[in-house]
Amino acid sequence: MSSVITTNLPPQLAAIQCEMEGYARGHGLDFFPTIFEYVDANQLNSIAAKGGFPVRYPHWRFGMEFERLSRGYHYGLQKIYEMVINNDPCYAYLMTNNCVTDQKLVMAHVYGHCDFFKNNFYFSKTNRKMMDEMANHGTRIRRYMEEVGVEEVEEFIDACLSLEDQIDVHSPFIRRREERSRYDFEAERDKTEAEGPPRFRAKNYMESFVNPPNRLAAAVKQMEEKRREPKPFPERPERDLLLFLLEHAPLNAWETDVLSIIRDEAYYFAPQAQTKIMNEGWASYWHSTIMTRQGLSAAEVVCYCDHHSGTLASSPTQLNPYKLGIELFRDIADRWNRGAFGKEFDECDDDRQRRNWNTGAGLGRRKIFEVRRIHNDLTFIDEFLTLDFVREQRLFKFGFNQSTEYYEIESREFPKVKRQLLASLTNLGRPQIAVRDANYRNRGELFLEHSYTGVELQLDYARDTLQNLHRIWNRPVHLETVLENHLTNLSFDGSEHAIEKGEPFEPAEGAPS
Amino acid sequence: MLTIERDLRRFRQIVRGRIRDNLRKYVTHGEMIGRKGRDLVSIPVPQLDVPHFRFGDNGAGGVGQGDGEEGQPIGKGGNPQQGHGPAGSDPGSGHLLEVELSLDELAEILGEELELPRIEPRGEAAIVQQKAKYNSIRQTGPESLRHFKRTYLRALRRQISTGVYEPDDPRVVPIKADKQYRSWNTIEHPQVNAAVIYMMDVSGSMTDEQKEIVRTEAFWLDTWLASQYQGIETRYIIHDAVAKEVDEHTFYHTRESGGTRISSAYKVAAQLIEQQLPPSEWNLYCFQFSDGDNWGEDNEEAFRILGDKLLPSVNLFCYGQVESPYGSGEFLGHLQNHFGEEHDSLILSEIADKEAIYDSIKHFLGKGR
Repeated sequence: MSSVITTNLPPQLAAIQCEMEGYARGHGLDFFPTIFEYVDANQLNSIAAKGGFPVRYPHWRFGMEFERLSRGYHYGLQKIYEMVINNDPCYAYLMTNNCVTDQKLVMAHVYGHCDFFKNNFYFSKTNRKMMDEMANHGTRIRRYMEEVGVEEVEEFIDACLSLEDQIDVHSPFIRRREERSRYDFEAERDKTEAEGPPRFRAKNYMESFVNPPNRLAAAVKQMEEKRREPKPFPERPERDLLLFLLEHAPLNAWETDVLSIIRDEAYYFAPQAQTKIMNEGWASYWHSTIMTRQGLSAAEVVCYCDHHSGTLASSPTQLNPYKLGIELFRDIADRWNRGAFGKEFDECDDDRQRRNWNTGAGLGRRKIFEVRRIHNDLTFIDEFLTLDFVREQRLFKFGFNQSTEYYEIESREFPKVKRQLLASLTNLGRPQIAVRDANYRNRGELFLEHSYTGVELQLDYARDTLQNLHRIWNRPVHLETVLENHLTNLSFDGSEHAIEKGEPFEPAEGAPS
Repeated sequence: MLTIERDLRRFRQIVRGRIRDNLRKYVTHGEMIGRKGRDLVSIPVPQLDVPHFRFGDNGAGGVGQGDGEEGQPIGKGGNPQQGHGPAGSDPGSGHLLEVELSLDELAEILGEELELPRIEPRGEAAIVQQKAKYNSIRQTGPESLRHFKRTYLRALRRQISTGVYEPDDPRVVPIKADKQYRSWNTIEHPQVNAAVIYMMDVSGSMTDEQKEIVRTEAFWLDTWLASQYQGIETRYIIHDAVAKEVDEHTFYHTRESGGTRISSAYKVAAQLIEQQLPPSEWNLYCFQFSDGDNWGEDNEEAFRILGDKLLPSVNLFCYGQVESPYGSGEFLGHLQNHFGEEHDSLILSEIADKEAIYDSIKHFLGKGR
């Protein structure tokens, strides 16, 4: 294969890479050129600690992650098998002391990911030169650290990181509002204002009848009033808090740049969180397909099975995205191969008939490639998690029992399971928060609102986060949320936290109870 | 090429910094104090992750996979599980990280944080410890100390030189002149030792909560004193109307219902000092914890023993009064009236709740005695 770029890969593995890449292409996978780096455990852990990028800005949390990973590795609790970076070319890492079977498995898996990165819609706006960009970010932040001091920059980074998930993951694809220069004051003015109130066309002698003067005067007065009324700012609640802060918070140059770096990286990583189940499912689907059909020699079967099943193991309290993903893809492939979809199939009530349904459609392969292109986890589950699938996979919903202090299986009912799963995927499983008013109480205070969905915020975290937000906004900050079924206002004014309990909260019409 | 060392170093610095920042919290909540092995404490450092707006842990459910009936428990709650199914993008961000610190390090941090003065031991030259060290050889001694190897070698040499030794029949029989015995030399080195005597009121009015406070405070006091002296000896005395010396476990777990005579504890302490811990050899520390309840007529007796016997012989006598819903809390005031606000070696402190432990330790040890 010509696209194999020479690295420090030993010749044996380079040959395997050629082989695996051939198989992957043979199945129709389409990926960026892929570079495998051959690193030892220590290097792998340190790269993994930095989210896969060898060069990033300095930050203690990478050190913390490294400590966790290397301790885990040292005590034999965990081991990173595979790590791959969404970039063109794609970078992936192989650990030196893995056995050849593992390396094969990892390569097959990686090609699945690379294909996904390149073709899934949600990745289409990500920066494909992120490797360089990250290094670039590192240089910039290091420079600021030299200029203004490590402590200060790090403290500011911490404040920004605290808000890094306050982005609008859909904004790369939707224009929420008109781009407007912050110096364009003209745009503020209403055009109709100059022209006066609207009037009907009328001939001179009819004027006072068609457009009665008292009506006109009232209209003028109304407009006047409307103009005096303070305009909400922002006009509509804005979910991209980071962007809002970038545009409106009183930051100096280096702070603005640091914040924009954090925001860029958050947007870069967001699709990976949005497609975790699909991405891992897709990669696992392909490693299992490639390995079992072509890649394995007889001697390697046991080792492969061991590690494959380890990857797909699921525990009662934690759904394994690899497992859910691969099973869903298999289910889709199977159903579309049998033609088990569409109106006729959906309306069929006979279980045996459904089970043996086969129109010989043979559309499975085409379908899964289509799915990997247009879906994210939320839509993927919404569209393809069926009653049959939930039963077959023995999925259940669990909840916390206050009286026993145990997590308990709550229900195996399909709608409940599905709703729970969708809820946990909505907004990446994080609370939805938006900027509602940046001039709260007409004092330039920032007011955020949390769209309550039945689960309360963790109070101590929310407070600390507000404190960090205050560091950036520099004026008192507020968050409206729901605690114990009452609208509650959490505030931080720079020195003290306050909680103000408001009216009882009533869920909006039609909201799930 | 890898800059991870820098981040790791930074992280560790912050961890130590964090411990400093949150020390008040550790001291007061006593979250993680446990001696592991010989002298390691393991401290979970909470919230080293960056705070985000996020959902509370309990109450949130999730989706799982596997067998089981509805209502079947599948996992213990309380610990922050990632109950949100697969949505968590970061692999279980560990916000409980255990950092291993040695007790010495911990004491050092404590000292720095509380700005504790280093303790100046008194009369260090006067206290000489004699130690026997087995480092020489003698011709005589008990058989139990016979040095087998040397004895054997001498016997072998003698047998070879006298021609008794036969390589075919290599029997070596030592005679009396061959025998060598281990022997000791007495080594004297000046030693500063400290003894800590804890006294606690275990009458009915002391609840478990108060004992928890006492235990936490005692841990930190021990830690600090141990870092200041080569060895510390700890004794425990409990009392209600009568007092007795007990071991550590009993100290923390006994609950009596009788009345309260503080003088009884003082008596036992005075006896202990007289018989086992002569002040000329020990730096003595007494810590007394009580809810301030005492039988009225006993006060005079208590003050007498304290003033005549205890105070002159100890470095510090610390009286910590924990607040109890049942105790009267009068004793502290009586002590103050009797001995005056500023006494050289008597320190009084009121410990209202766990939060106050921090200040109380600082108060007790702030004199550097």
